[in-house]
Amino acid sequence: MHNPLRSDDDRRLPRVAGPSSMVIFGVTGDLSRKKVMPAIYDLANRGLLPPGFALVGFARREWEDQDFAQIVHDSVRDHSRTEFREEVWNQLASGIRFVAGDLTSDESFDELRRVVDDLDATRGTRGNHAFYLSIPPSLFSCVIGQLKRSGLSEAPAHTPTGSASNPWRRVVIEKPFGHNLQTARELNHIVGEVFEKDSVFRIDHYLGKETVQNMMAIRFANTLYEPIWNSNYVDHVQITMAEDIGIAGRAGYYDGIGAARDVIQNHLLQLLALVAMEEPASFQADSVRIEKEKVLSSIVLPDDLGAHTARGQYSAGWQGGIEVAGYLQEEGIPTTSQTETFAAIRVDIDNRRWAGVPFYLRAGKRLGRRVTEVAVVLKKAPHQIFSSAATQELSNNAVVFRIQPDEGMTVRFGSKVPGTTLEVRDVTMDFAYGDSFSEASPEAYERLILDVLLGDPPLFPRHEEVELQWKILDPILDYWATLGQPETYVSGGWGPQSAYAMMANDGRHWRRP
Amino acid sequence: MISLPNTQASEVSAAINRERHRMGSPAVGMVLTLLVLTDELNQADALAAASQAAREHPMRIIGLIERPGRGPAHLDALINVGGDEGAGELIACRLHGELSAHAGSVAIPLLLPDTPVVAWWPAQAPHLLAQDPIGKHAQRRISDSATTAHYLEELGTRLTNYSPGDTDLAWTRVTPWRSILAAALDQPVGEVTGIEVQVETHNPSGFLLAGWLHSRLKVPAQVRHTKSPGISQVILTTTTGKVVLNRADGNIAQLSVPGMPQATVALARRSTAQLLTEELRRLDPDEVYAEALQGVQDIRSEQAKSHG
Repeated sequence: MHNPLRSDDDRRLPRVAGPSSMVIFGVTGDLSRKKVMPAIYDLANRGLLPPGFALVGFARREWEDQDFAQIVHDSVRDHSRTEFREEVWNQLASGIRFVAGDLTSDESFDELRRVVDDLDATRGTRGNHAFYLSIPPSLFSCVIGQLKRSGLSEAPAHTPTGSASNPWRRVVIEKPFGHNLQTARELNHIVGEVFEKDSVFRIDHYLGKETVQNMMAIRFANTLYEPIWNSNYVDHVQITMAEDIGIAGRAGYYDGIGAARDVIQNHLLQLLALVAMEEPASFQADSVRIEKEKVLSSIVLPDDLGAHTARGQYSAGWQGGIEVAGYLQEEGIPTTSQTETFAAIRVDIDNRRWAGVPFYLRAGKRLGRRVTEVAVVLKKAPHQIFSSAATQELSNNAVVFRIQPDEGMTVRFGSKVPGTTLEVRDVTMDFAYGDSFSEASPEAYERLILDVLLGDPPLFPRHEEVELQWKILDPILDYWATLGQPETYVSGGWGPQSAYAMMANDGRHWRRP
Repeated sequence: MISLPNTQASEVSAAINRERHRMGSPAVGMVLTLLVLTDELNQADALAAASQAAREHPMRIIGLIERPGRGPAHLDALINVGGDEGAGELIACRLHGELSAHAGSVAIPLLLPDTPVVAWWPAQAPHLLAQDPIGKHAQRRISDSATTAHYLEELGTRLTNYSPGDTDLAWTRVTPWRSILAAALDQPVGEVTGIEVQVETHNPSGFLLAGWLHSRLKVPAQVRHTKSPGISQVILTTTTGKVVLNRADGNIAQLSVPGMPQATVALARRSTAQLLTEELRRLDPDEVYAEALQGVQDIRSEQAKSHG
């Protein structure tokens, strides 16, 4: 049925989520306190949540509703993006519920079911509920099994009178999506048995939908870049995610996972897919996914993994003026750990557009500064009319997508230095989203949670993409597992010697991002 | 803050460039030029609101402050770069004497190249926005019918003279109401058979809301006056009951929908800066505003008929 108050011409009216609730498992975790709960408040503050929206927390704590509301309140106050407004908070707070229980207990899930049913009656959520699993993947199978057993995963078959559409149940899961191809498949099997493909929303907290859409807009809405986006003009591509922090109290999560599984899987490979894919037939999630899958399946690994990959582990040192411990000295890390905190790989894409253009991916902790960027480095001009002395300080032109911090784009090119001698030197043109469209950009979590509640197809990877990524990484991880202890690198620098060597092998060098 | 007494536009332009170079940021990503046409009485509030809006929309704000009078025609300019405006800049131009009738001559050299221009009249706006000497340079022209004493006549004028790109802060004020009502009708609540909007007197927003509802739903609409601040209640009578959105205190509203428990909705009245920020988010013509103006006209003529 068409709503007469809505019209395509009316661009002021936002799409507001329909009656619904969100149930969060793992409410005491960092991500739910720093990201998920503030994002829900921000959505409410922007008027995008329905008036009767309910937020249910589930954890093994002896809390009442108001204790949980206090936790949400504090997390919103400390971390929300938009200003704190009492009236918005009150609207949200009236829908906050808490279920004290154990993830393995039948009784707890029966209680959750009662709470959810009660919300349908008292808040008008109309049988629409999303389950946010902010818990380690090892607990997924247990929770999803419980959701099925208690009947929570199954939306009521009958449309409640007066409801616009059939009630839905959806599930949100966070990275990591398995730790190799086999476990990714197992995980997918567990989730897929209970929830339909379109009801599963995967979130990678490193990569926002905004970023994805920004990159697509720059590539496909303009005429400026696409003509040079191929092996005729591009020399190579560098994709970097550098963090200045160490593992910062996430020892339990990080050890045994490492930089490649944590960051290259999904995050850097998603960025690669967005930079390298062909133009999709449309902006629809399905068309984009097809192109991403196509390019991911064209990726080939170097024959000699030793010469074209690098891994490292940070050692003690000084980072940004502070003395920091080495990885093996971090609390909770076994002194024999072989987990890499730096990973760099070269991949090639076997298609006409990218033949002969290597893609270098690197990710690491305790590096020089926090930065994520994609640098498309162009070839040098085939012929220079200027003398080699004049162009000595001219390097390759480059188009750089800066993902964070300060999302934007820079273009590096040569320009004449003012003066009577002819000298060409690199200059950089800089565009920052923050300057041109400040403050309005929503957080990745806001976009995702709204997509979940609206039922928009997720832009985030379906399991096919996740599996393709593991097919790329598995051989490298297997090879690294034969090597023993990773090479150490000094905290605050740009990674181990082998990383420099793998670029030098190809006659190239890393950008200093 | 740079003060340039008795100056001209080229000197203002040069002073801004010098200031930008001094700060080391000659190239900025400003997205539009906002011309604020005002008098001495309203300029402080208007320019403060524009500066706040510049945090979301980095822009060059040019305040054109009329100081008509018998003194010699001259221009005094105050320039602020990199202050409250974030990446934007603020130029307050005082147009003395006869110059106040030639604001365009000051504004044109100062427009940012190749970016949109928006004109805003915080108080009194000309009858023909699109043909105004300043308005004709702008692709978006913002008036505020709430500032006029005869607001119903004003809405009539806006309809008669409507040109794509015209808009009105009194219309911007009803967006949150429209959003909640549209979301309520996303659920099947039956067919709407009657509209009633309750609003304080001298508030054009209530009429615009009723006009919009009338134009979309094509059923009779009534506007009733109450003493509560702003719009206080909207009642949509439907074939299954009533959708009621009630806001007694100008801050928090209650929404009741047939077959649903009553819900509380935050619906605070917004500041001029917030309205302007919303207004600058889209720079294309707002046809829905024109339809709402037509709706107001239709409601008034039906009322006249029934009284008459």
